[in-house]
Amino acid sequence: MKLAFEVNGERRTVEVSPWKRLLDVLREDLRLTGTKEGCGEGECGACTVVLDGEAVNSCLVAIGQCDGRSVTTVEGLAHGGVLHAVQRALVACGGAQCGICTPGIAVCAAHIIDSGLIGGIDERSEVSPVGIDVTARARVRELLAGNICRCTGYQLIVDAVIEAARETERGPERGGDQA
Amino acid sequence: MERPPPPVAPVGTSVPRVDGVAKVTGRALYLDDLDAANAWHGATVRSQVAHGVLEAIDLDPAFDWSAVTVVTAADIWGKNVIALIEDDQPALVPIGGRVMHRDEPLALVAAPTRALAFAAARAVKPKITPLPAVFDVDQALGKAQLLYGTTNVFKQFLIRKGHETDAELEAAFAGAAQVVEGSYTTSPQEQMYIEPQAMMASWHGGRCHIVGSMQCPFYVHKAMKALLACEPDEVVIAQSVTGGGFGGKEEYPSMIAAHVALLAHKAGRAVKIVYDRDEDIAATTKRHPCRTAHRLAVDAKGELLAIDVDVVMDGGAYLTLSPVVLSRGVLHAAGPYRCPIVRVRGRVVATNHPPHGAFRGFGAPQTTFAYERQMQKLARLRGEDPLALRKRLALRSGDTTATGQLLGFSVGSDEVLAAIEGVAGTPPVREGVNAQGGPVRRGRGVCFYFHGAGFTGSGEQRLAGRAAVAAVSGRFEVRSSSSDMGQGSITIFTQIAAAALGVDAAHIVVVDPSTSQVPDSGPTVASRTAMVVGGLVERAARAVRQKLEAWAAAHAVGGSLVEIARAHAAAERAELVETAAYEPPPGIQWDDATYTGSAYPVYGWAACLVDVEIDLDSYEVAITRCVQAIDVGKALNPAIVRGQIEGGTLQALGWAVLENVVYKEGKVANANMTNCIVPTFADAPELETILVEVPYPFGPSGAKGVGEIPMDGPAAAVANAVENALGCPFDALPISPESIARARLRWEVS
Repeated sequence: MKLAFEVNGERRTVEVSPWKRLLDVLREDLRLTGTKEGCGEGECGACTVVLDGEAVNSCLVAIGQCDGRSVTTVEGLAHGGVLHAVQRALVACGGAQCGICTPGIAVCAAHIIDSGLIGGIDERSEVSPVGIDVTARARVRELLAGNICRCTGYQLIVDAVIEAARETERGPERGGDQA
Repeated sequence: MERPPPPVAPVGTSVPRVDGVAKVTGRALYLDDLDAANAWHGATVRSQVAHGVLEAIDLDPAFDWSAVTVVTAADIWGKNVIALIEDDQPALVPIGGRVMHRDEPLALVAAPTRALAFAAARAVKPKITPLPAVFDVDQALGKAQLLYGTTNVFKQFLIRKGHETDAELEAAFAGAAQVVEGSYTTSPQEQMYIEPQAMMASWHGGRCHIVGSMQCPFYVHKAMKALLACEPDEVVIAQSVTGGGFGGKEEYPSMIAAHVALLAHKAGRAVKIVYDRDEDIAATTKRHPCRTAHRLAVDAKGELLAIDVDVVMDGGAYLTLSPVVLSRGVLHAAGPYRCPIVRVRGRVVATNHPPHGAFRGFGAPQTTFAYERQMQKLARLRGEDPLALRKRLALRSGDTTATGQLLGFSVGSDEVLAAIEGVAGTPPVREGVNAQGGPVRRGRGVCFYFHGAGFTGSGEQRLAGRAAVAAVSGRFEVRSSSSDMGQGSITIFTQIAAAALGVDAAHIVVVDPSTSQVPDSGPTVASRTAMVVGGLVERAARAVRQKLEAWAAAHAVGGSLVEIARAHAAAERAELVETAAYEPPPGIQWDDATYTGSAYPVYGWAACLVDVEIDLDSYEVAITRCVQAIDVGKALNPAIVRGQIEGGTLQALGWAVLENVVYKEGKVANANMTNCIVPTFADAPELETILVEVPYPFGPSGAKGVGEIPMDGPAAAVANAVENALGCPFDALPISPESIARARLRWEVS
């Protein structure tokens, strides 16, 4: 069947079975291969995209559910040639190692930052002995718990997300890495 | 769109990864992202019987086979083996051949779509006459069925230090003031790289091109030369961007390469195989499950008199890399402790489990768990502080290891123990309540451990790895077979080459490790890439610099090295290549026959502290703090080194409390990510990493191996902490709620 939906701000139409996974439509029909398949069962989060303001596992979404809706993938995070703050922070902090989980984490982290879900980064109600802002970091860990990374131990990713959230809280700054 | 990497300061700074932007934008191309014109998808027909004889392979007549290619062992024109150490594992079981495990490949199919390929695989009907299967190492040692040779023992080792006969060893135990004895078991572990195994092959003019997710292009190359009965240049192996390996993509990729090569040949088109997660967990290699019996004897002053270790690993159905895994296991089994008399025995045994194989640590995590539980028990028995005991007994420069290796340079035992002591602080209060008001117990555990960097024994000399640096019209190419699977070798090599040449990193290109483009610098394993291959890159880069500078002087050419290289390229119309070959550090001697001498050129040293909180209602273990202090020689890129250590640490913490591969009659019962769990963001504690630098004089800028060491120790630290919290021993992994419930029952009853 013929479906129309918005991908990264562009209207796209596809003619596919409504049962086809959103993941496969993105990768095969639209050749947007930044969205990865790690498990095909909604556990690893490598296929995370934002569907109408909600982070979802695109391996668990049938394309028939997407008609008329709006999808953001990793390819849509950079704007005007400038990487999203979290993409820049992931590079700067070393939060991407093998990189296969990175698109899903970047999409999810950008979503939680842009939606203000992490909350106040600088209210440090509880600080661990090594100076870690436990509260904001714990919230980031909970919000990203659907994205598995096997390389990093998560530490440098959490650093990157906190860094990007701080930068976003401070307001937009020009410059940064070109996409 | 890709911007050049930013200017690189000399080694030792945390420059961003060269491949970072490609990865955060989704532009890095992994195997499944590659498209070949008209490529078909392949699927594997597996035995589903743990042990038996393959009588026939039938095709369901009701299925439409018109758009499907089927391959069986009869289609193999070369040698039907996955050549590695021993040629015992077939690429496909032939008719009349023996099926050795539940997920053994019997036949292959390829079709225009993945869905059709999987449907076709289900329509292939193998007929197998079952034989009794063996899943228990003791039954295998009792020869319940003969699976390998006449004993079912793939390999055994014996290390003796300070004694000649068993009677002398027993005399040492008989004269001891105290003896600590225990038996320790560790579970199989899944690597769980997030990119499943994937390969693609195509044939052009009689030449086979294979690209895929892998650690070791030349391992695949060796296996394909035998399987395809071809000359070295008739098969080309290239690595695609690889989404994690951890050892899981060391040997198994050769199997999948064989399958896509055979399918592509018969189908006459490119064929791609990408494993489903379930298939990947069920069929590919895991960490060897292991049982270690450990005895130690001390005198009245608490000095170690003797250590006696017996290691038994389950190798699974084929030999694969098991002898080497066992070797590393036994060589670490006595631990980093000063002891005059040591006996270590090890055996790796054939069973009908799928073959176990390489996983970060490579045998050492199993034996480290045993010796560090033993040291904890010794500290308890003597009423001595666990960290003080380790400081008292630690190997230092001037001491000898279990194989009689005299330690000289780069022994960081004092430094790592002092680092942990410095940050330890007050241990957690034992009894308490959690945020929900439920009762908890808390405890602290420490451990001290080491890890041999590089190949075992004479491995590096035998391999004689080579790496090259070439000046090619103004840029410098680094050519090695080391693959970047996420650990950061492209960036590290860029830094090493830039520093040695004295040029900006923008002029360095680390070429993809295709077997037709690079010399064989060995596999990407054994914590050897930065230390050994990085050392070759450094030497080759220096040689290029010297040659160019000499040429410039002779031809009165001035300017920067980049300008000289451009002038050289224009004048000589040829690239300037310098190749460095491995040379062992002086004084490195190893005897394979007696298992004595320098087991490794150098060791990494580490200490770990873990605090835990156990919920007394749910028996869940929460790791509330984990500090690792690791002597890495020199952190070439501290952010990358931290990433390696923290990733390895979390794999070890996961192995300690929640990861497990459950076999039921030889089949993985939890072959999916829902049940075969690994730690998430929410499970992981904040990880504290202390980089200790005691330079290795023969590594690039003093660096030594770091990839594996963080995996070895933390599981023992967790077990020690749980014991400290609950007051009863935990000698088996994983320390799951069920195991705590059982232990607590025993403990309260007794």
